[in-house]
Amino acid sequence: MSVSKNTTREDFAFRGGFAERAKKELAKYPASRKQSAVLALLDLAQRQNKLTNCVTDNAMSSIASMLGMSVLRLEEVASFYTMINRKSVGKYHVQCCMTTPCMLCGSDDLLPFIEKHLGIVCGESTSDGLFTLSRVECLGACANAPVVQINDDFHEDVTPERMGEILRKLKPSKKNVAKVSPATRGAKL
Amino acid sequence: MLEDKDKIFTNLDGRAAVDLASSKDRGIWHQTSRLVKRGRDSIVEEIKESGLRGRGGAGFPTGLKWSFMPRSSSLPCYLVVNADESEPGTCKDRDMIRFEPHRLLEGCLLSAVGIGAHCVYIYIRGEFVRESEVLQEAIDEAYGDGLLGKNAAGSGYDLELYLHRGAGAYICGEETALLESLEGKKGQPRLKPPFPAGLGLYGCPTTVNNVETIAVVPTILRRGASWFSSFGREGNRGTKVFSISGHVNKSCNVEETMSVPLKDLIEHSAGGVRGGWDNLLAVIPGGSSVPLLPRSLCETALMDYDSLQELDSGFGTGAVIVMDRSTDIIKAIARLSHFYKHESCGQCTPCREGTGWMWRVLERLAEGRGQTSEIDLLLQVSKQVEGHTICALGDAAAWPVQGLIRHFRSEIVSRIETRQEKESSSAVLAEEPA
Repeated sequence: MSVSKNTTREDFAFRGGFAERAKKELAKYPASRKQSAVLALLDLAQRQNKLTNCVTDNAMSSIASMLGMSVLRLEEVASFYTMINRKSVGKYHVQCCMTTPCMLCGSDDLLPFIEKHLGIVCGESTSDGLFTLSRVECLGACANAPVVQINDDFHEDVTPERMGEILRKLKPSKKNVAKVSPATRGAKL
Repeated sequence: MLEDKDKIFTNLDGRAAVDLASSKDRGIWHQTSRLVKRGRDSIVEEIKESGLRGRGGAGFPTGLKWSFMPRSSSLPCYLVVNADESEPGTCKDRDMIRFEPHRLLEGCLLSAVGIGAHCVYIYIRGEFVRESEVLQEAIDEAYGDGLLGKNAAGSGYDLELYLHRGAGAYICGEETALLESLEGKKGQPRLKPPFPAGLGLYGCPTTVNNVETIAVVPTILRRGASWFSSFGREGNRGTKVFSISGHVNKSCNVEETMSVPLKDLIEHSAGGVRGGWDNLLAVIPGGSSVPLLPRSLCETALMDYDSLQELDSGFGTGAVIVMDRSTDIIKAIARLSHFYKHESCGQCTPCREGTGWMWRVLERLAEGRGQTSEIDLLLQVSKQVEGHTICALGDAAAWPVQGLIRHFRSEIVSRIETRQEKESSSAVLAEEPA
């Protein structure tokens, strides 16, 4: 894991709305059990990081000290859960469910279609930093298979045609692509 | 068929609004304080009599589980609702959360009274972001209306309720792993005993129940145990929400009576098998963890714990995965093995190593690469994983493989033989001089 590349110069702190939400999350648990908020704080940290959509090393040490955990313990937790990203992820994280119910309904054709459409293979990000493609296990919407999750939204009963439409809508005009920071270019999951 | 008047989840299809006022129109939160005031013993007794069994997969009698909670404890007691729905094929809790959130919340209050808890955590899987937003909104509405918090619903009972989001780990659906995760650790299951009722969340007495189990409690208390137990066979009472996915014309979540014939469920509630009943190859009747049933057994199977156990399968979460004749059955099970390999927490060696091993062998067998002797080896290894792990994930990974070998051994053999024949004939061709 190339953790060292994942450091930013600025110190990490929850800002604005994120700070408020972090405070709310911490209030859910007994004062002596702050560690319970770990997943919530990791999630918030990664949402706040609009540049690489992952938890930076600085955020890790900051959250560890907020919760009175050692960084190593926090790293253990962060690496255990698939939704916590420690490496950069594109603006849109396209997650294609490949488990049996989705497989029965055509996800084996869907994933190659997405790969071809985005010009990357599973696990990679597009060079403009917009999309990261992942294969995931059951998303729990099997009656509406196949399911593709893009960031917080489920797209259900997806066909390649509909997937193409969805992805085209997310891809901005060329003018906007140029604004994407070079830091996210060529990023791999 | 279950009549509409006997359905507990009246908005399972999401046609009606989910806000508090609309929920109240559907009878939710109606005179809840009267139910609370019945008191702990009466509530537990009613649930015991109703025959309700846990809807999360294990099917443990709910009333009995509640009665394990200590009567007097110097420690706080917790109710934890397991909304970490991740079992492949299962998507019932999701619809209950997004379409009937107040039913769940009312159930939380009444169940908390039943176990003497004043604090509830709902652990929802991380991927359900939109669902958690709906649920949080319902929680805020309920607090705003005085239905939760101090003197909840005017009953004199205090209840705090919090939503906790997971972050993508199937294993956190196992109750002790869920508690570990809720405490902010890796979601690795604990050894039992001690059971959560003695030592659960933060070392305090805790009951963990599935969303559906909790959500049906208010209706059982309103309509009575005898009403609930009038459905289904002895030991398999009540109504149940079934998820039907795969090769059916109308995949859906549907509430039906327990012990409904599997064939009726597929033919009537799910619009039938794609291409007709004769096109059916096999069904996984209870979520990915249970052994599959070939078509011949699907004719007579009843959807309950006992019937499916007699057929060497299981009721699990009641999630029916239908596969028609176009299905590559070995590949379908191999994909489940990949799921378990991915989701194994890595704590126990038989599971950590075995799930990956079984997946690799199945992937080969799906292509016909292998020897027929490997089938028995695979079966033997699956038996060495089963029952040798801290939690049931090892069993869950082994059973689908065992079901495949039990019912489709000939398919695996013929695939190996076909490939061998092909290879030997191409080898002969290669040897022939040009």
